[in-house]
Parts: sequence; C-alpha cells; structure tokens
Amino acid sequence: MGEFKDIAHLIRLAGVFLLGLIFFLVFRSVTIPKSFGRYGPFRGAALVELSSRPLSFAGHAACENCHPDVAALKANGVHKSLNCESCHGPLAKHADDPGNVKPVLPDVAQLCIRCHSENIAKPAGFPQVNAKEHSGGQACNTCHQPHSPGFDAGGKR
Amino acid sequence: MEGFMYPNEVELQWGILIVLYPFLTGLVAGAFILASLERVFRVEEVKPTYRLSLLTALAFLIVAPLPLQLHLGHPERSLEMYLTPHRSSAMAMFGFVYLWYLMAVLVVEIWLDYRRDIVRLAESSRGVKGLLYRALTLGSYNISPAALRIDDRVGWIITLIGIPSAFLLHGYVGFIFGSVKANPWWSTPLMPVVFLFSAMVSGIALVLLMYMVTSAMRRVAVDMRCLDTIAKYLFYTFVIDFALEMLDLIHRIYESDESFRSLDFMVHTRLFYSQILIQIFLGTLAPLALLSLTQMITFPAAARRRIYAIASVLTLVGIFAMRWNVVIGGQLFSKSFLGYTTYKVGFVTREGLLPAVALMILPFAILYVLIKILPPWQEESPFVAEAHGDD
Amino acid sequence: MILNRRQILLLLPAAAVAWDSVLADNPEGSPNYKMSEHWWGMLIDITKCIGCGSCVRACEMENDVPEGYFRTWVERYHVSDWHIENPEVDSPNGGMDGFPPGKAEGGKNFFVPKMCNHCVDSPCSQVCPVGATFHTPDGVVLVDYDYCLGCRYCIQACPYGCRFFHPKKHTADKCTLCYHRITKGLTTACCEACPTGARQLADLKNPNDPIHAFLKTHSVQVLKPHLATGSKLFYNSLDGSVR
Repeated sequence: MGEFKDIAHLIRLAGVFLLGLIFFLVFRSVTIPKSFGRYGPFRGAALVELSSRPLSFAGHAACENCHPDVAALKANGVHKSLNCESCHGPLAKHADDPGNVKPVLPDVAQLCIRCHSENIAKPAGFPQVNAKEHSGGQACNTCHQPHSPGFDAGGKR
Repeated sequence: MEGFMYPNEVELQWGILIVLYPFLTGLVAGAFILASLERVFRVEEVKPTYRLSLLTALAFLIVAPLPLQLHLGHPERSLEMYLTPHRSSAMAMFGFVYLWYLMAVLVVEIWLDYRRDIVRLAESSRGVKGLLYRALTLGSYNISPAALRIDDRVGWIITLIGIPSAFLLHGYVGFIFGSVKANPWWSTPLMPVVFLFSAMVSGIALVLLMYMVTSAMRRVAVDMRCLDTIAKYLFYTFVIDFALEMLDLIHRIYESDESFRSLDFMVHTRLFYSQILIQIFLGTLAPLALLSLTQMITFPAAARRRIYAIASVLTLVGIFAMRWNVVIGGQLFSKSFLGYTTYKVGFVTREGLLPAVALMILPFAILYVLIKILPPWQEESPFVAEAHGDD
Repeated sequence: MILNRRQILLLLPAAAVAWDSVLADNPEGSPNYKMSEHWWGMLIDITKCIGCGSCVRACEMENDVPEGYFRTWVERYHVSDWHIENPEVDSPNGGMDGFPPGKAEGGKNFFVPKMCNHCVDSPCSQVCPVGATFHTPDGVVLVDYDYCLGCRYCIQACPYGCRFFHPKKHTADKCTLCYHRITKGLTTACCEACPTGARQLADLKNPNDPIHAFLKTHSVQVLKPHLATGSKLFYNSLDGSVR
C-alpha cells in the first residue's frame, strides 16, 4: 500500500464516514417510535389510535335494548333483516344520551324510494315500484307501517 | 373522464414531479457511466469530459430528491425511510442507495480526483474560498506522487463499484414501476432495463451537449475525437434502448392480453402526441437516423457538431417524453380497462409546471457553482498535468 | 428498591395480569378484544344488492370520508349478451345517492359493491416504504395516518382502486373495516346500514360464523384472482364481466 503518511488522507475520510455512521445509528435509536415492531413492521400505537375512533352508528343491539317493542314488531315482518340505523341514520349519540339527544325522524318521501324505486339492475324478486304509479304521490306510510310494511292476505298490516 | 373508472382513480396520484425524478437520476447514471468509460474501460478519447461528467452527475444528484420532497404529502416525515425502511418495498431503498451513491461513490471519486487541485487551491486562496478548500482537504496536504498514485488506485476501485451502484440508483426506479402487478402498463421485467438504457442515452447526450456548450462558452476548440467517440457510444446505447422498447411493444401487441385494447386506445388517443410523435418519431427515430448517418458518412467537423447537437437535444426531449409516457400514461387508463381520465397539470401549484421547470434549471445553476469551485479543465488549471496517473 | 414479601405478593398478580394482556395482543383501546382470536373478511352477495347506496352513505358518516373520495362504492353493470369483456359500468358519485333508472333493453344488469379487499398478500403493504400501511394480526389492512409519508405508492399498487389520497390528512386512506367498531363486537357501518344483508362481516377464525356454511354451499369468487392478492372479500354470484 505505501507508507502511512500517503494514506493518511484516506484514513481521515474513513473517519468522517465512521462519524456519520455513528451519528446516524444514535439518531435512529432515539427517533424510532417506541411501539414500532411490537405487532409487526409498523407502529404498534397506531392500532390503539385506529381502534379508538368515536362511533357514529350505535348498532342494532343498542337500539333493541331500549326499544324491544319496535324490535319485536320488525322481527315479524319483511323488514326483519333491516337494521334500525339503516333508515334512522347514525344514532350513537342518541344511544349514549337518550334523554338529551333526540333523533330526527327520517323523511318518508325520500327514504323508502331509495330502496324501492324500480331499477332494472335490482334483483328480480325485490319489491320495486314506480312511486307515482304506485301511490299517486302519497307518502308511503299512508298505507305501510315502516317497521312492518307488509300486508297479510286480508289486506291488514 | 371517459368510460368508467373506479371512483378513486379519476385523479392522478403521480404527476410531473414524478416524471422529473427518474429523468434526473437517469441523467446522473448516464453521465457517470460515460465518466467510467474512461476510468475503467480506458476509452482515452472521452477523457476531456471526465471531470465534467462527474460534476454534472453531482449537480443533478443534489437536485434529484427535491421533486420527491415537493410531491410527498408529509415531506417532514421522509426521514422515516432511514429509520424504518420496509424491506419489501423498492422505494424504501431509495434513501440508502441515494446516500451510498452520493457519498461513497460520487463525492469520494470527485474528491480523490481533485485532491491535488484542492490542496493547491487551499494553499493559495484567501477568505471564504480558502476556508472552503481547507475544509475540503480534511486536513491532509499530502500530494506526493506516492499519495496520488494511491488516490488513483482507490479512485479506480470506487469507479468500478460505482458502475453497479449507478445501475442500482436508476434501476430501482424502473423496478418501482416494473413490479406493480396492478398496472399492466408498468408491470414488465423489462422496465428496469429499459429505464437504465434510456438513462444512459440521456446522460451521454447531456454530457455531449454540456461539453459543446461549455467549450463554446470558454471559446475553446472542441476535441472532435472525443465528441465523435461520445456520439458513437450514444448511438450504440440508443440502438439497444430502441430494441428493448420495440421488444416490449411487439410483445404486447402479439400477446394482446385483457389490458391491450385499453392501452392501445390510450396510446392512440391520450398519448398520441407524447408517445407517437415526440417519443418515437422526434425523440428516437430522428436522432437514431441522424447518428447512424454520421456513422456511415464522413461529414466535416462543423456539420458533425451540428448533427450531434440536434440529435442530443432530440434525445433528451425523447427520453423525457418516455418518462412522461410511463408515469402519466400508466395512470390515464382505468384498472377496469373500461375508461380513461386526463392529467391536469397546475402551473403555480406545489406539483405544477413552474416548480418542475425550476427544478430542471436548478442543476445547471449548481453545476455552474461546482465548475467555479472545482474547475474541470486542465488547460485552465494552473496545476497542470494529469488528474490521475496512468498505469 | 428491595421488595418485602408483602409487596411481592401484591405485585405478582398485577404482573400476571399485565403479562396476560401482552400475550393476548390486544390493542389497548379495546380491553376485551384479542386480536389472535379473529381473522376478518367480508361476504358480498350480488344477488341481494339493490344499489340503494346506504352502505356508501353510512361509511361516509361513520368515517368522515371526504367528498369525492370513496372507501366503498357501488358499481352498476350492464352486460349485453355474450360480450362479457365489454360491460357498461357506471357509478354516479360512487352510488352514494342511488342510481338513476337504467336502460331496459336486453342484457343483464346488477350492482357490485366494492371496497378494500383486506388482502392477505396485499400489494399495498408490500410497497409501502416505511411500514405506514400494514396488516393487523387479525387480518385487517390499515393505514397509520401519523406515519404515512403520502408518497402514494400504495395507491398505485392496489389493483382494486380502493385507496385514495386524503385531501386534508395528506396521507393515503381507505376502508378500515371499521376497525374501531369490530374490535368492540359491533359490525361495520356498511353492514349495519345494508337493508338486504348483501354485505356481511365475516370472522373466518370463528367456527360459528355463518360464512363457513355459506362458502360450502355457494359459488363464491374474488376480484382479479389472477393477481393472487389473497383477497378476503368474497362475492356470491360475481359475474365474469366484473372488473
């Protein structure tokens, strides 16, 4: 290779690089989030953050807790698989504080049409109507009880 | 929007800045390969451009991360790539490959090659400049023939390592696109290779132009032997690049898989100007024709210079268009193959045309400063003789 | 600090509880939930979807999805005769306000709800450079909004188009399978709102989950199977024309 004095500058260069590497390693150990790698190659604390979002929909179990009568009515009709908040909107705030937070009743004219207006792409067996032809513009709940909208053979709700 | 696109696809995610990034790193890789031609493969003819190639590479490499920073939603978090790089992601290697190439290859090679000049300048300069040169010496003023011989040897090894490093620096960008199975316009094993060869073409063309421009600015005669050699390598590399792109095209047309009809429509409509006119005709066939002419017929020097200059400019435009067609083209069609969207590039927005143009000009400004600090031309340097020993 | 016997007797059970919590791998926001006991997927029944858009609206309300972007959406297909490679598809505002009446002439028409497939071998988490998008141990693919750089590589890599760039957070965003709900024993907002049961959350690790019986008795598909993403979004009666 040569005498030491001829490679001294290369040693200095290597020294600079080594210093840089050490600085990087120290910086890295200080800055990496503590929870990183706890459950996998990601920041473990993210799981806590993501599972702690506030709820907007309470879920039908919460509704049925306080409104078993409506739940029973619904359970016997054709809307039995329809969850409460599907029509009534997100009600977690109401479920948490029923006395003070009152839900707004949905506008029937808009609501029923969303599912039941006829459309070629809907499954054939699904009840669909042309609203004007069907009821001449009357609100759907004039004849149908929303929680159990079907009629028996005698035309009774 | 035309036809059907998944609702989240209508807006493009990667815009002109992401077109610019591979263009810039491509120029770096290409310029470096040209420099290595002389250093490792002993192509003596291109020696006059050796230092210029290195400084050009450095100037463009310094600017290269800037379009990415402007593009990121959270540039302040970009250090995370160094802290927790996700090993399965090609993009994660960017930080390390960049740093390796910048520090361990380019900066070291330039330092070793310029050491004698730096030491002499450190001893003879005053003020801020003197301070700068003294810092650059790292405190060592040994420029004895023995030390310089060692520098030369080490520099040779660095250049040798630098060649695959340059391939990695730009090849990984090609892999970033080529490995996305969701996008049939990008997904091909040819992508890294095509990117690499088009990078070499663009880098060689750039150095050719820079050499002619700087010689004209210095009112110095161009070394025609050097220029002819550079043009020859440009031609060969371009032929390979063209062959690769044609291979991709022919393969696509022949296999005609489910994406083909959609992509074909896109090329003929949305990408007509940028791909067919600019990339293929203006940017590839025209320069290839011009260069092959010079290989077959002997023109007088002045004519050759003009042809080379035109061919180089067209080449650079064509390679930029190629990046555009890959990046933007890959997002203009829907992954449902049922629709197309348009790219609306802003002007004074963060990812708009103005920052893109500014970022394209910036490397030249940096190069100007680098040339002032580290003059590449032996004739002007008061410290004559070879920059490195010959053996 | 030297512990006397009494202190040790008090500390040991506390340590045992803490250790149990560590072993159970619960995200501490939901104390009764053990990630290792669940493996989440979803079942979408094309024969039941009526294109009402309730799911899209519910998701938007539950998750503050910005306007013009969609964590879930509904597409309507019109397939004329045997041209299954050229369906006509539309998704006006992601189906959020339902669909206008369609063409009545010939062919087949149906709705296809789409969302994140929570793939086992997701290309999105593969390409994330920093680990900001990841798999939870219970099979949900999530985005860490405080870590994401906003490079958008994951958005490019997703074959299903379910990711978007959040205009306010400046990070990637997508369906979280309502992780904040399912870890509390609730179902996702879209499933809660679906009037016909076309969408059903499925816990593949639960032997009592109805999906197991369903998978045995129905023809079930995933989107883009040739890409081998390990999609856990199962479709009943998915037509071959669906892209």
